[in-house]
Amino acid sequence: MSKKQMSRRGLLKSSAAVGVTLATPTIFTSSAWAAGYTNEPKGKTVTLGFNVPQTGAYADEGADELRAYKLAVDHINGEGDGGMLSTFTSKALKGNGINGKKAVFVTGDTQTKSDAARASAKRMIEKDGAIMITGGSSSGVAIATQGLCQDAGVIFMAGLTHSNDTTGKDKRANGFRHFFNTEMSGAALGPVLKNAFGSQRTAYHLTADYTWGWSQEGSIKKYSEKIGWKTAAAVRTPLGAGDFSQYITPVLNSGADVLVLNHYGRDMVNSLTQAVQFGLRDKQVNGKDFAIVVPLYSRLMAQGAGENVKGIFGSTNWHWSLQDAGSKAFVKSFGKKYGFPPSQAAHTTYCQALLYADACQRAGTFRPSGVGAALEGFKFDGLGNGPTEYRASDHQCFKDVLVVKGKENPSSKFDVLEVVEVTPRAQVEYPATMLGGNLGPYNDGA
Amino acid sequence: MRNSSMSKNDLILLFCFSAAILAGPIILAPIGAGYPDLLQKFAIFGIFALGFNILFGLTGYLSFGHAAFLGAGSYTAVWTFKLLSMNPLPAILLATLMGGLFAALIGFICLRRSGIYFSILTLAFAQMSYNLAYSVLTPITNGETGLQLRQADPRILDAALGRDYGAVLPSSDFFGIDMTGYPGFYFCAVILIACFFFSMRIFRSPFGMMLRAVKSNQNRMNYTGLNTRPYALAAFIISGMYAGLAGGLLAVTDPLAGAERMQWTASGEVVLMTILGGSGTLLGPVIGAGAIKYFENIFSSFNEGILMKAFDFLPESLQHIMVSISSLFVGEGWHLTLGALFMLIVIFLPGGLMEGFNRLRTWLGNRTGGGDGGAVPDTAPAPSVGGD
Repeated sequence: MSKKQMSRRGLLKSSAAVGVTLATPTIFTSSAWAAGYTNEPKGKTVTLGFNVPQTGAYADEGADELRAYKLAVDHINGEGDGGMLSTFTSKALKGNGINGKKAVFVTGDTQTKSDAARASAKRMIEKDGAIMITGGSSSGVAIATQGLCQDAGVIFMAGLTHSNDTTGKDKRANGFRHFFNTEMSGAALGPVLKNAFGSQRTAYHLTADYTWGWSQEGSIKKYSEKIGWKTAAAVRTPLGAGDFSQYITPVLNSGADVLVLNHYGRDMVNSLTQAVQFGLRDKQVNGKDFAIVVPLYSRLMAQGAGENVKGIFGSTNWHWSLQDAGSKAFVKSFGKKYGFPPSQAAHTTYCQALLYADACQRAGTFRPSGVGAALEGFKFDGLGNGPTEYRASDHQCFKDVLVVKGKENPSSKFDVLEVVEVTPRAQVEYPATMLGGNLGPYNDGA
Repeated sequence: MRNSSMSKNDLILLFCFSAAILAGPIILAPIGAGYPDLLQKFAIFGIFALGFNILFGLTGYLSFGHAAFLGAGSYTAVWTFKLLSMNPLPAILLATLMGGLFAALIGFICLRRSGIYFSILTLAFAQMSYNLAYSVLTPITNGETGLQLRQADPRILDAALGRDYGAVLPSSDFFGIDMTGYPGFYFCAVILIACFFFSMRIFRSPFGMMLRAVKSNQNRMNYTGLNTRPYALAAFIISGMYAGLAGGLLAVTDPLAGAERMQWTASGEVVLMTILGGSGTLLGPVIGAGAIKYFENIFSSFNEGILMKAFDFLPESLQHIMVSISSLFVGEGWHLTLGALFMLIVIFLPGGLMEGFNRLRTWLGNRTGGGDGGAVPDTAPAPSVGGD
């Protein structure tokens, strides 16, 4: 009994504790929870969240993405020369922001790590009030961020992510991708590789060990075996390994005559450079010239690898030397602001920002389900890829795919790739059910 | 009965700590840190650092592999979500146990050596775990992509209780309270307070005294016929359990576990947190964890636009100069700021931020109250970093 007695100090303490506990629920009512959907913009501005790698193996891509986003925000707000807004077939955007609100942006560093990417995306959603998140080099990061955005109830416009899983196995209703995927790369590269190297080849894969690498390896295997090639081995290398010599030496003794580098960013620059230094390209195996294939190419990487890319085949989403009106307008506008041509990463992120803004404008709201409905099945042109469609069943854009080759006689340090073939959309399209996954319902948040 | 052995100062400290943590959202809002995700990180890494401090601060054993326990805890928690239930309680319980188990295994081997050899051994084990998680154990860990929840997961307990999450991906909930946002923070905060209390009890116990003795002179302990290894191992396991718990909580607030949580940089981070805050002190590690997470999340988000606004009171030419200088230290350059700060602290305040606070308090005490400085409660017993 006596132990239960409360001292004066105890009473003071516990009443203070009760006070703190009672005060806490007021926090819940003060912030975003009161809105109709997550981060509903109430003021004169709308905040977009740009989540790109500023450090790590994909930092170059990330820096270019950020440049493109800034350019897109300028154009949406009616500053600069308007870029691809003038060639875009949808004329909903008037250069006065989105739904009459000025577009502003916040940025985050994904560090090419899922954890860091989710932390910075959460910061932008919870603290800065971002209405959508876009960005991501690296499919692992994109998938992790897409899942987060689905949970938080904001739209995710995927940036540079090439894995099938982003709009396949791991697709989410709130996520949309403009970039192509490994399935399309494989389908486009297959016939070109057959023409260039014949059907009696043995391939050796070096694969970045994460979702994109696995997906890329699977697709290239699928389509190279379709044209009669054999696969000698597929070796996984850690992301950002830096030194690939230990992985390249065994290639020489494997009996393979084609090396497929399922690497991207600095990984690809390093592995390709080392493969060339090891003299692989001067070798003759099985009476054939040894060949190297880099299924996913970008100008930034080609530039990084310098001389070594000459004559090497790959696929790309877009290239600055394209001559359609959209591409020309974009290259001009980007070049004017930054002094050099944009990469495919910059292109896809610029398009995503524009497509999002346009969808909001057409829907007349920022509500994720409304914006999503405006994007689903949306057909457009004038963004540099020819006629394009956002397929409703998996939120993946379908368009022509470019097969490119390292240029033998570059005219400038940016002119490193030449387009070998434009594979039409019909040839790379596949049924949405093929890759599995389930979009699920839209989440508007609460 | 417990209270009888707790000094008044400890009670006050515990109470102030609890109040400060629970009022975190209000206190931290002015510096831009009052949003749920960062608050959760503060609490979780506070727990991680508290646990690390029990090992490093008390016994002086510098482990460079604590991230392995954090990662193991995360994976365990996500698997618990997948297989058993979305309730966080089984997840953190199993995560703590797994952290302890892992620590027992690694500690049993590593504690045969001390000093730098111990550090290297733990580092090696952590890197091994990282590489296992990254590639070899991909079926369990899902490699670089990270382990994620799926709609099709069995969730036996939830299924047995007739709980159906429908077509959406479930998120963890504590008997109906969603573990994201502020509720998630309060869940972590309550656990942090419990962990702080437990750590305080260890600091004040004879066991804690024994650990300090291990730090100050292990040879002498051995000569007196005392086997110190069980004590060190116990400290290692406890601190591993703290790390496992922190890893579990990371998964509770965000059901995803990636291998990078086990990387050596993550192990290094907790060492930094503890030293920055003040190793061997009770509060220091929590403060250090908060400081580092703050830098990582807030400083890294400053871009030129924000800097321009901050310096817009200056004339335009000066504004541009100031922005270009200071932009080196924010955004992607936040590591630079952290490095500089860390150097300053280690050089001028070897006892960490806590030493700074104590010095400040003594100085203020001397200035206002005359000889009152000596009466300050000693919450920070003479810290020494690398001094012995």
